[in-house]
Amino acid sequence: MPKAIFAARYENLARICEFVSSNAKTAGLDDSAAYAVELATNEAATNIIEHGYGGNGDGKIECAIEADDGGVTVVLLDWGKPFDASKVPQANYSVPLEDLPLRGVGLRLIRGFMDEVQFERIPGDGNRLMMRKSR
Amino acid sequence: MVETTRLKKVDVVKASGRIDSHSSPELKEAFDTLLNDGRNKLIFDMSEVEFLSSSGVWVLLETQKRARRRSKGDLVLASPNDNIKKTLDLAGLMHFMKIFDGVESAVAGF
Repeated sequence: MPKAIFAARYENLARICEFVSSNAKTAGLDDSAAYAVELATNEAATNIIEHGYGGNGDGKIECAIEADDGGVTVVLLDWGKPFDASKVPQANYSVPLEDLPLRGVGLRLIRGFMDEVQFERIPGDGNRLMMRKSR
Repeated sequence: MVETTRLKKVDVVKASGRIDSHSSPELKEAFDTLLNDGRNKLIFDMSEVEFLSSSGVWVLLETQKRARRRSKGDLVLASPNDNIKKTLDLAGLMHFMKIFDGVESAVAGF
């Protein structure tokens, strides 16, 4: 399973995305599915940097991607603050432009682009996110 | 990379490559500079934008809100790719954004 560890900094988002995108394409995903994996990973890594570590700092993100006959699975590990996806508010889009909320958009994009998403707290210290994209 | 072209009645902002949390401040600065100068008819040429994250979506939404607060102001998009259109749709912005096939048709739309 290809795996890499990145410093949790915004300037590394492109490198993290390149890592998953190139591996997704090597695994045979088409351009659209590979983009979905790339965008979801970008949003997840951004949330880790912003909310888990409170911005650019010394935190780490471990990223692994595994392919099988049905698709690819991306797993992100971090050691930042606990993340509870159930506490992110559901956005209401039937509102005027001025009131349109953006909190939670990243999570909505992750769920919209990927076929399966699971967050879990690692006993002890850390967060684990599994995202799967089918072929 | 972000470039701004000032036309007679509208302004065109063109970016290329990735727009994520690292690069989106440059895009926001380009739009803010125009809005602060009283320019509020804005076209975002996305023909060379390959990737748009939620932070880029946030810049577009905030820019559009500011542009529309003035008479006949708006931010419209030219030539976003299909992946970006899906991102805007999932983010709830497709209802609010006018999308054109190219800059020429976007200029004519104002």
